[in-house]
Amino acid sequence: MNPTAETKTVQMYRVYIKATPQAIWDAITRPEWTVKYGYAMLLDYELRSGGKFRAHANEGMKAFGCPDVISDGEVIEADPPRKLVQTWRMTMSPELAAEAFTRFTCEIEPVRGGVTKLTVTHDVTGAPIWAAVLAGEGEATGAGGGWAEVLSGLKTLLETGQQLPFQSGPAGD
Amino acid sequence: MFKALADPTRRFLLDQLFERDGRTLKELESKLEMTRFGVMKHLRLLEDAGLVLTRRSGREKLHFLNPVPIRLIHDRWIDKYTECQVSALANLKTELEKNV
Repeated sequence: MNPTAETKTVQMYRVYIKATPQAIWDAITRPEWTVKYGYAMLLDYELRSGGKFRAHANEGMKAFGCPDVISDGEVIEADPPRKLVQTWRMTMSPELAAEAFTRFTCEIEPVRGGVTKLTVTHDVTGAPIWAAVLAGEGEATGAGGGWAEVLSGLKTLLETGQQLPFQSGPAGD
Repeated sequence: MFKALADPTRRFLLDQLFERDGRTLKELESKLEMTRFGVMKHLRLLEDAGLVLTRRSGREKLHFLNPVPIRLIHDRWIDKYTECQVSALANLKTELEKNV
């Protein structure tokens, strides 16, 4: 596959987590949680329709020369603790910043027995470089495992309180 | 999940989705010598195992590969230290099989 800016591309991921919808919502939207899994970015949300979204680099990323703000976007819908829709663009490098704003949707549904279903739908149309990173295609070169790794880390953190070793960013503990 | 993976047709369907996500049933069945009903049955099993996710787009049902369950197995048994050795072996296998 050779994605071009015109290719309509959607990625979908789902994970079941033994945690409340509120705990998952907090882990996705609050910086004290977002630094503990995945790429360990500090996410900064104004959780209302039209609100600003920013992601800040952690100290480890800054040591590698990352700018402070590494993502920007806008909240389209914030319905805690059920649904979050936003635009999201990576701005870590000029190549990524030149790509289109993607559309990220997060749905949180309680299933049974304290288990919650988390579904991520990421429309990465017009952002082929970031799409490849999110699909985990850059894992061998140190770009991390994308959404699959992020969601696995989120699950481990909420279920066990432990952090998976980071593949990118700072050491976990 | 292992049962879902233990079938060549289902692995073929996953390979198709790995190559390109968001395919319709029509696209998926066109590459297989099998009835539509048979393909649907395999897709249902993959959905039940959490390996395939579906989403409606207009009148079409699109199929997506969900790699998270496989990732969880990976995290369970392979830590980041053994990963280098594992990927070295996997690379060796790929390299050797190229010439077969």
